Amino acid sequence: MSAREKILQQIKANKPDATQLPERFTFNSNFSDPQAKFTESLAAVYTEVIVVSGTDELKYKIGEMYDGVVNRATTIPELSDWADFSLNVSDPHELETIEVAILQAEFGVAENGAIWISDKYLPHRVLPFITQNLAFVIPRKSIVDNMHDAYKVLTDTTGWGCFISGPSKTADIEQSLVIGAHGARSLVVFLVDSI
Amino acid sequence: MSKVTMDHAGASDVFNADEPYVNWHDETLWFVRHKRDKSSKMLPEWEELRTTASSIKHYVLSHLDTLLESFEAKAKENGVHVHWASNAAEHNEIVLGLLRKHKIDQMVKSKSMLTEECHMNEFLIKNGIDVIDTDLGERIVQLRNEPPSHIVLPAIHLKKQDIGDLFHEHLGTEAGATDPQYLTEAARQHLRDKFLTRRAALTGVNFAIAETGGFVVSTNEGNADMGAHLADIHIACMGFEKIIPRQEHLGVFLRLLARSATGQPITTYSSHFKKPREGQEMHIVIVDNGRSTQLGREDFRNSLKCIRCGACMNTCPVYRRSGGHSYHNAVAGPIGSILAPNLDMSKNADLPFASTLCGSCSNVCPVKIDIHDQLYKWRQVLVKAGHVPGGKKAGITAMSTVLSQPRFYQWSGRIGRSVMRAVPFMVNNGLNPWYKQREMPEPPKESFRDWYVKNRK
Repeated sequence: MSAREKILQQIKANKPDATQLPERFTFNSNFSDPQAKFTESLAAVYTEVIVVSGTDELKYKIGEMYDGVVNRATTIPELSDWADFSLNVSDPHELETIEVAILQAEFGVAENGAIWISDKYLPHRVLPFITQNLAFVIPRKSIVDNMHDAYKVLTDTTGWGCFISGPSKTADIEQSLVIGAHGARSLVVFLVDSI
Repeated sequence: MSKVTMDHAGASDVFNADEPYVNWHDETLWFVRHKRDKSSKMLPEWEELRTTASSIKHYVLSHLDTLLESFEAKAKENGVHVHWASNAAEHNEIVLGLLRKHKIDQMVKSKSMLTEECHMNEFLIKNGIDVIDTDLGERIVQLRNEPPSHIVLPAIHLKKQDIGDLFHEHLGTEAGATDPQYLTEAARQHLRDKFLTRRAALTGVNFAIAETGGFVVSTNEGNADMGAHLADIHIACMGFEKIIPRQEHLGVFLRLLARSATGQPITTYSSHFKKPREGQEMHIVIVDNGRSTQLGREDFRNSLKCIRCGACMNTCPVYRRSGGHSYHNAVAGPIGSILAPNLDMSKNADLPFASTLCGSCSNVCPVKIDIHDQLYKWRQVLVKAGHVPGGKKAGITAMSTVLSQPRFYQWSGRIGRSVMRAVPFMVNNGLNPWYKQREMPEPPKESFRDWYVKNRK
């Protein structure tokens, strides 16, 4: 008998009597100002949220923030002039030298500051992790209250996606928080009215 | 299976030799427990979330076979290879086979308690595979040739001086340097090189979704993603109880997991894998290793609901003062003590006794496992099966004789009090385990019963 059959047979023999799934498994947070809550959640993980009206203001801000930085990459067509690093590579290892990546992402979650990004907006899955510094651009209207709401809108059927909340961090040495473990050393989130 | 050289009580004695160190360990974990409290109290629906999570997991236990079959079918549709392993040895052989097939002899790994349970690193290293743990805490304990002492905080038993010395020896950091920022940066550089040069990555699985065939891996460091997205082959290993029915249920579990573990509202990265990226191979290994037996133990099957947050360890007065290594099992603490006897009763018979049965573990458990009840029930199973040493058994029998006979009890109390008064060294000595770390109290002049008989009129 294969391991598969053996395991399934053992489970069938040993499992408890069938119970039903709970009817209710979502809860409402009803934040009066989800954007303010989102900003507060991200501030707690050392991430700045910047509201910009449109592409022009976004360009101005990033020009200011990443002045003098080389190896800039982006997935946002409107910012292609700003970037000096092409993402048109076949081997993701070539992304290793990227200093800052500004990426289109889908939506944010107010309760924990998580931002959903997926294959849909990414040419390389490793990009948000391998870049030294990271910025997301998401529509200002896209913020949902909590994770239950997040999974209601998450109809993404691509192969991979991730909730990212803040820069990479660790507290494995005596519980001292250190930012920049393996992934991005910083995260900035731009909320855009229209792009 | 390796033989235990020291039981929990013996190992705790060693751990307790350095009092300031034990106090520090105790306070550090209590601080994490406190962060969990603060975070959970922010959600008015917290208790309902726990109940909901528990009943979803109960549904899972009662439909495990069909959920696993559906998960497998979906994963295959997504282009993922699915393997099944009845035990640790089969799991390890599957991983080795995949690496050999691709002629790979170096691999990066992110946190997976399952591979600790299977002693996979030792096995692969013996077979010529270089395995690098990439979670900072796990890398630290790996360099020290130790297992993790906590499932979420693998190096929580170490002081920064220990880590400074270790990194000086292995990573060439400055002698005497102990700044966590500096040490972490050194590890980042060291491990970045590994991520960029390894062709295989192994990760654990936090949740596997029957409905989509996908799985979620949570980290704060981003190491699982750095490994998996750069490697040609991604192997994800899971105990079969990691299944949840639908993607929407992640809303419940991701809200509970990090808040219970460290007090964060969510981990930095919650990565949802479904299909391999172009040109990559993705494998899932589904492991039993005693889980189907535990499923059949009515009193203990709830232990399979565990989502490995570590809250029961942080709150446990025994864990905090004895350290993870004293449990001689991949998963330590209260939850480890109800999982371990299922794997090997005789080797782990001491663990259900490593508890005060105070119930704090059950109170913080995000999936409402009745941990302290199970500890109590395991004691009875273990004594009946003859796995408890004679001394402990004799003590329990003597205690039961005294407590079940009121007159004998009154008489023993009187004798005890006069002995403590007349010849205190009879109890104030090293042979009496109650004398350890404490003075014996002044014996009262009379018992409460005597006082009550006199005063009740």
